[in-house]
Amino acid sequence: MSALAHVPPPGTGAGPRPAPAARARGRWVPYLLLAPGLVWLALFFILPTITLFSTSLQTGSLAAGYEQTFEFSNYTSAWSEYWPQLVRSFGYAGIATVAALAIAYPLAYTIAFKAGKYRNVMLVLVIAPFYTSFLLRTLAWKTILADNGIIVETMERLGILQVLSYVGLTADDRVLATPLAVITGLTYNFLPFMTLPLYASLERLDPRLVEAAGDLYASPITAFRKVTFPLSLPGVVAGTLLTFIPAAGDYINAQLLGSLPATAMIGNVIDALFLRVLDYPRAAALSVTLMVVIVVMVATYVRRAGTEELV
Amino acid sequence: MATPTVDTVTTAPAPRIPRRGPVRWLRDNIVAIAGILAVVYLLLPNVVVTVLSFNDPVGRFNFSWNEFSLDAWANPCAVAGMCASLGLSLQIGLLSTVAALVLGTLVAFALSRHRFRGRGSTNLLVFFPMATPEVVMGSSLLALFVNFRFPLGFGTILIAHIMFLVSYVVVTVKARLAGLDPRLEQAAMDLYANERTTFWRITFPLVLPGIAAAGLLAFALSFDDFIITNFNAGSEVTFPMFVWGAAQRGVPPQVNVIGALMFLLALLVVFGSEVARRRRARG
Repeated sequence: MSALAHVPPPGTGAGPRPAPAARARGRWVPYLLLAPGLVWLALFFILPTITLFSTSLQTGSLAAGYEQTFEFSNYTSAWSEYWPQLVRSFGYAGIATVAALAIAYPLAYTIAFKAGKYRNVMLVLVIAPFYTSFLLRTLAWKTILADNGIIVETMERLGILQVLSYVGLTADDRVLATPLAVITGLTYNFLPFMTLPLYASLERLDPRLVEAAGDLYASPITAFRKVTFPLSLPGVVAGTLLTFIPAAGDYINAQLLGSLPATAMIGNVIDALFLRVLDYPRAAALSVTLMVVIVVMVATYVRRAGTEELV
Repeated sequence: MATPTVDTVTTAPAPRIPRRGPVRWLRDNIVAIAGILAVVYLLLPNVVVTVLSFNDPVGRFNFSWNEFSLDAWANPCAVAGMCASLGLSLQIGLLSTVAALVLGTLVAFALSRHRFRGRGSTNLLVFFPMATPEVVMGSSLLALFVNFRFPLGFGTILIAHIMFLVSYVVVTVKARLAGLDPRLEQAAMDLYANERTTFWRITFPLVLPGIAAAGLLAFALSFDDFIITNFNAGSEVTFPMFVWGAAQRGVPPQVNVIGALMFLLALLVVFGSEVARRRRARG
């Protein structure tokens, strides 16, 4: 999973300069190296995306065949029927991303600055859960959040459950089958994707900068706010993207931990329309919508983080 | 006036005593405590999966503890179809990892060792699959296969896995290449090694750990993929698909045995290699 730490934000293709010797070699060499991989991506990533877009504008049925009719009403009818699921997806994914940041930041900070000789052990413990199927780990939350389990009973005794119920995150004195269960699952599932980029950027941070802030009479909180946090922003940006994007498209947590249709996310709708209802055009229209919304949000976010805070 | 001085001397440490108390300790270590709690949050489901693998569940669902039993560990393949699905997942994991390693490593070399027209857009194309939700990638591939009447099955799973793994391989190997000291290659050239010898004797061995890391990552991602696979599997059933089906029909503890086994194996491999590395560094 160490690769996640190096995911470049879109548009920043700045790698190291090629060795001078490479320039002398034939101009066709890079294209030859690229060809197999890029042809694969063109055939099985770009072409399907185009097909998806074309499917979203077709009419017909699986039995009778589809026709390219540029039926834009596929979009409007899908939006008007499924806008609650779209809004819910981005809402849940947003809350889960904020929660994951709140949990992952102290974790990454501890690994980078406080773990000492246990640094590698903690890193392994962050990555190790990946080797158990994520479906099994998600199912385990059914046991952890069980109605008569320790956690739910404690929450009830402390009155937390009542507050959450008032906000609408839980219902009927239980956590399972409520939005809170889905958000807990999403936060949990994508936490390592938040932690690793954060750790990567905190690890690069020169601790002397924080010491210097302290020498200049900054309180620990000011030093964190003015030095540590701004320097970790690349990690925050990468981590929030790697959490938010998969969380917005996820339907596993909503299905296993939530209760359909009350907690259905847009992924559940796309999955059902594609695989059960076989309404390919409207399913494709929702997929395209999800993709476009995410691309727009990511582009805005990266630009903002890039121009205002990162410089 | 002498008394206050004496007082200050004797009582000077006094205000520090409560600061060493539990409140002060908590304030000093609050971040580490939150960090450790986060690790607990991350590992709790793995503990539950492992504990429930020793359970003898009442009914079809293995969600609450009933009785200790070694049955599932003694007969892991007793559940119809599970070990076949495991075999399929391992096969697809290995094949797609090897293919993605070849394709991705070549792209990584092109991107970090060459300057060419279209480098920026290549970077963007490599980034895109990682930034696309799985449900979009899975459904768009299904739309492609349906439109071209391509039969779903082993082949389409393999195609899909190689597609989404390539980007992760490129990024991991590229990071390793970026960290290489170019002076090592220059030194080889200065010592009259030609380009080919330099590549196979210097560059490739140095990049190999990056390729190995990419391979481990790719295999884990392929083995655990559910969403994209579910769209393109046809009638094939991979291990995550088996678990998904089990979640609807009833989860036998054998499924937990596989989950626990993979987790313990991974820990063993990582800690084993760490111990070996330390021993090598010492000797």
